Amino acid sequence: MELIFEISKSGRSTADVPASDVPAVNIENTIGGKYLRNELDLPEVAEIDLIRHYTNLSRRNFGVDLGFYPLGSCTMKYNPKVNENAAALPGFTGLHPYIDERSAQGNLQLIYEMQKYLCAIFGMAEFTLQPAAGAHGELTGVMIIKKYFEKKKQKRRIVLIPDAAHGTNPASSALCGFEVMELRSNSEGGVDIEHLRSLMTEDVAALMLTNPNTLGLFERNIEKVAAIVHKKGGLLYGDGANANAFLGKVRPGDLGFDVIQLNLHKTFSTPHGGGGPGSGPVGVGKELVDFLPVPRVVKKDDKYKWSEKFPDTIGRVRSFYGNFNVVVKAYTYIRSLGAEGLKRATEMAVLNANYVKEKLKPYYNLPYGRICMHECVFSGSRQVAENGVHTTDIAKKLIDYGYHPPTIYFPLIVPEAIMIEPTETESKETLDTFCKAMIAIAKEAKENPEGVKSAPVTTPVTRLDEVLAARKPDVCCKR
Amino acid sequence: MDYCPHTPDDIKQMQAAIGIAGIEELFSDIPGKFRIKQIPDIPQALSELETMSMMSDLAGKNKLPQFTLTGAGSYHHFVPAVVGHITGRAEFYTAYTPYQAEISQGILQAIYEYQTMIAHLTGTELANASMYDGASAMAEAVVLCAKMSGRSKIIIARSVHPEYRQVVKTYSWANGYKVVEVPYAASGQIDLDVLQKKLDDQVAAVLVQSPNFFGVVEDVASIADSAHNKGALLAAGFTDGTSLGILNPAGSLGADFVVGEGQSFGNPLNYGGPYLGIFAAKEKFMRRIPGRLVGATVDKNGKRGFVLTLQTREQHIRREKATSNICSNEALCALAAGVYLAALGKNLKRLAELNVYKTQYLKNKLLELSGWEEVFPAPVYNEFVLRCSDARKVNKKLKKEGIIGGYELQKDYPELKNTLLFCATEMISKENIDKVIEILK
Amino acid sequence: MPKPNPQDRVYSRDHEWAKDNGDGTVVVGITDYAQEMLTDIVFVELPTNGKKVAKGEPVAVVESVKSVSDVYSPVSGEVIDVNTKLESNPEIVNQDAFGDGWMVKIRLSDAGELKTLLRAADYEQMLKEEKH
Repeated sequence: MELIFEISKSGRSTADVPASDVPAVNIENTIGGKYLRNELDLPEVAEIDLIRHYTNLSRRNFGVDLGFYPLGSCTMKYNPKVNENAAALPGFTGLHPYIDERSAQGNLQLIYEMQKYLCAIFGMAEFTLQPAAGAHGELTGVMIIKKYFEKKKQKRRIVLIPDAAHGTNPASSALCGFEVMELRSNSEGGVDIEHLRSLMTEDVAALMLTNPNTLGLFERNIEKVAAIVHKKGGLLYGDGANANAFLGKVRPGDLGFDVIQLNLHKTFSTPHGGGGPGSGPVGVGKELVDFLPVPRVVKKDDKYKWSEKFPDTIGRVRSFYGNFNVVVKAYTYIRSLGAEGLKRATEMAVLNANYVKEKLKPYYNLPYGRICMHECVFSGSRQVAENGVHTTDIAKKLIDYGYHPPTIYFPLIVPEAIMIEPTETESKETLDTFCKAMIAIAKEAKENPEGVKSAPVTTPVTRLDEVLAARKPDVCCKR
Repeated sequence: MDYCPHTPDDIKQMQAAIGIAGIEELFSDIPGKFRIKQIPDIPQALSELETMSMMSDLAGKNKLPQFTLTGAGSYHHFVPAVVGHITGRAEFYTAYTPYQAEISQGILQAIYEYQTMIAHLTGTELANASMYDGASAMAEAVVLCAKMSGRSKIIIARSVHPEYRQVVKTYSWANGYKVVEVPYAASGQIDLDVLQKKLDDQVAAVLVQSPNFFGVVEDVASIADSAHNKGALLAAGFTDGTSLGILNPAGSLGADFVVGEGQSFGNPLNYGGPYLGIFAAKEKFMRRIPGRLVGATVDKNGKRGFVLTLQTREQHIRREKATSNICSNEALCALAAGVYLAALGKNLKRLAELNVYKTQYLKNKLLELSGWEEVFPAPVYNEFVLRCSDARKVNKKLKKEGIIGGYELQKDYPELKNTLLFCATEMISKENIDKVIEILK
Repeated sequence: MPKPNPQDRVYSRDHEWAKDNGDGTVVVGITDYAQEMLTDIVFVELPTNGKKVAKGEPVAVVESVKSVSDVYSPVSGEVIDVNTKLESNPEIVNQDAFGDGWMVKIRLSDAGELKTLLRAADYEQMLKEEKH
């Protein structure tokens, strides 16, 4: 497809600018010639061409509304349309962040109540909605941990992170000046308790744990893990990436987690937008409330206001109040489902994952066979060994069947990993047809491996040369 | 209401396939004593009709103003209809990060075009796929400059948005950097003498905005020279992105990084978010910058296509050695920005000029009132600072008429008593301004 | 199959080689086995001349599309030259790891260190053991 610059023609435009109703001034005299630019090279396109350009681009994109999207760890559930309509209400979209609080009572009430709901769902003492994404929430969470020990005048250098963790965990810790130590997984995919015991000293600030972990398995020894960490004065951090597995079943706060971060765009159904905007609330236990970012909403006599009067705060991590409009969508979701609906969502998510796991087990290696939570992780190692077909090939072949592929090559501890997260919003029929496709691919890998390796063939482009892209980067069109 | 399509019969069949007698068995790994039956303290489920009416009531508790004269980092601009129609396409908004390039060419190409437009607008050679917001983009620049140089001192102009300074301070504290503020001169621009005095060979980065928080256009070329003379890098931001329609961008004036808020480009006020952080850089930093980058390449048949590239910079490969932990962008906001800029095209210049006209008109009219005076003589774009006898009273008077007045600077700058930061975009009509003058007479 | 490891140089356990120029300097690169493991190299980050390195410390970085690896200096000394050709043509390392794909030239601070490194035969033995 042509680039927008390639369809540009001098003299055209889509958006016009009204004539001035106030006197024009001489820009050069008003601002000063040396401060002005002398050229402005933006595309010039007529409205019909602009609409066709972007509409045609959209047709080269795959979203949940087009088909099954079992991208593990990303919780690509259906994005309810009522959320979008609610969030588009002018009362929510139209307010300036610095409008006086009395004019923003609806927004403040929503933020306040959302925090309360999240506290109830996760068993934490308080939440902040300021972080703009999951990774941003992680960074905020680790900062809170850092501040906690600063306040206690304890110098702790280390954060423990399991080998199966997301790369954001070590990166977030390093950005707060912590040294990262890797914690081994045991043979059933959980924390290696003995290894944890040997690493857990008074120099360790926290253990960052994803539970269920990235294998989709619940940490059976969670009570023991929490006790070991707490006994040495450390904190237990919960990466809430996989929260869709336990709403209404268990609360991280009750399990001993001191800090958790969520992803509203995963668990609470807000759209991923092609890579954002998300929202990454952080919840903390009682001892850590004072360190939350400011400002915080406070309620007094049924009136809500912003307050910065928290002297131990880590400060701000983002301008204004975070991705407010994303929060509106998640709030709508919680209110429409209610406690019962949230629990049912979790139950169906876990049912779906186990169903897929059972159906595909005979055809793909399953490194950890126990009951999984909201996602299951297979390995393509059998296909590599027997047919030279790699997980990438299987993923690309799924595209030709009309599916978005699962997450692949993650977690790192499973070779040729295929991580499938169906989510609760998919029907049995969708799962059956998907499993049929996976089984057909396993068969084709045996009979005609080249057919799998040459996929996809139904897409506007075939496999792209990533080596060229990285060797001779072209990240900006030179015209 | 829930969105699970499962019938009781489906559930029965699926349980049988798994070999369980009931759903509860799936949760047997959770220690029994921690298991709950129900989430406490969450209101009952609502039908779609009830949901919408409850949400409308809540939205109705907000009071939309007639118009607003506050900018201060968030700008009310007209959004052409095409923007919402494109970002509302489910192919875009219900997609995830484009890991599978073959079925993500749409967003990848749109982001590549966005990167190109932003690089050009900011006078740099490249831009990433966007970051969380202007403040965190600036903070990410700080971390990058410090890591590249091995230096740990950061200089920030006091005329940078107060919240941006707070975010920079938070990130700097976490990383162990020292932040030094440089005051503004009587002109409203950074005090160049003090800047030069504070610059030493420990400074990793100098941070400014142009236009700055006071709306004042900075002499970026001189600031860049001063920074570079001491081996420091310059990360220059801006307040309202539409200013780039007429102002010479920081990248053309020697800034190494241009970081700012992209909300003005097609994104609504949204009570502060979601917005998008613009992060643009000189070519030599390409392999070091944080955030997603889309690159052009070819497929097996030599056809042009786009991929996420240079991912070795990022956390999922470099883990604790990555300069940033960011793993997403604000893709939909960046898409809106791209569509907005393509829709405006060269009209962005006329739009920026219109902002200047409105601003000058408002400013001159206010200055005709008795007791009002200009605070900073340096040139401004669409914001300016005036002093009056009682700033709070002025805003109260306007509020009564449903108008949001200026931003009271005293909150962040105790020395600027009774000053107001006003903003007039194209959304403010002559009639609006005349009404304001009438009220304040 | 990787190319044979030349006899005219010594090897580290981290798959770097050092070739003695006989004038107190050595040329350093990675082995053909290493480049094969890394797959297509897309970028090589080289140090600046004058950088002091200790044996076993990172002296360069090689990147493929999906991985980043440090190149550890097999000797201590000062970097006196770098192979700038690699900056725009990193694929040279894939094509000729023992020749044109060299990375840095180092002035030795302790010539005795060379004796502590592996000869070609020992390096090959190590590779064999690693595979099992």
